[in-house]
Amino acid sequence: MAKVDLMKIKVTKVVDERAHACPGPLIETKKAIASIPVGGVLEVWASDPTATKEIPLWAKDVGHECLGVVVADNYNRIFVVRKK
Amino acid sequence: MDDSTITAESKKQTIEEQGPTKGVTMVIFSGDLDKLLAAFIIANGAAAMDVSVTMFFTFWGLNVLRRDGPIQIAGKKTFVENMFGRMMPRGPNKMMLSKMNIGGLGTMFMKREMKKKNVYSLQELVKQAQEQGIKFIACTMTMDLMGIKKEELISDIDFAGVATFVDIAKSGHSTLFIS
Repeated sequence: MAKVDLMKIKVTKVVDERAHACPGPLIETKKAIASIPVGGVLEVWASDPTATKEIPLWAKDVGHECLGVVVADNYNRIFVVRKK
Repeated sequence: MDDSTITAESKKQTIEEQGPTKGVTMVIFSGDLDKLLAAFIIANGAAAMDVSVTMFFTFWGLNVLRRDGPIQIAGKKTFVENMFGRMMPRGPNKMMLSKMNIGGLGTMFMKREMKKKNVYSLQELVKQAQEQGIKFIACTMTMDLMGIKKEELISDIDFAGVATFVDIAKSGHSTLFIS
């Protein structure tokens, strides 16, 4: 797959999970992905550092696609495409 | 082109077939805060990963499902049942650590740290679990033994015995016993 410019990508919805440790980001990501259309992009903000590993793993497991992670001040922005 | 459609179709079918058998069954025997936190984090994580989760609450674990505060119940309890009811914690907020509790002081500090470090409280985890569709089953034998009535427990739960548990557990990939 061609590399996507995450800074320019059109995001359907943003989930701010900076106020929750594990398993908060995971649960809220799962809930939020159901609210966007297939093909839409979900952006998750997480300050829990393991979320950058956990959310891509979750996406692979349940059949969505993680586009990548952008590091921001004190948190990470994780981009997931709804695939089904 | 037709071939690829068929492959995609059958692949989808296989995934759907695998769906219902992918499950985790958990026996919540413990009534300790730390063990319950671990159990509920695993349960919520599994549910988020589309794994069907069933939690079977028995013995001290049953107390997680209790409502807080005094509840009007139909019928009378025996003296021993009343004592059980009074001495056992009512709901997730009343649970204590299994280690370093120090008469509740340790639990107080742990809860404060959890709040500071954004860790879900047990109450929140129970709520999340229900929202995610995790199935709660209260052990009716324990309820009878300890004199806990249905109206003393939270809503949207099932009541069953060991046969129901085994029936669900045998279709799952793994069973965890939280003691």
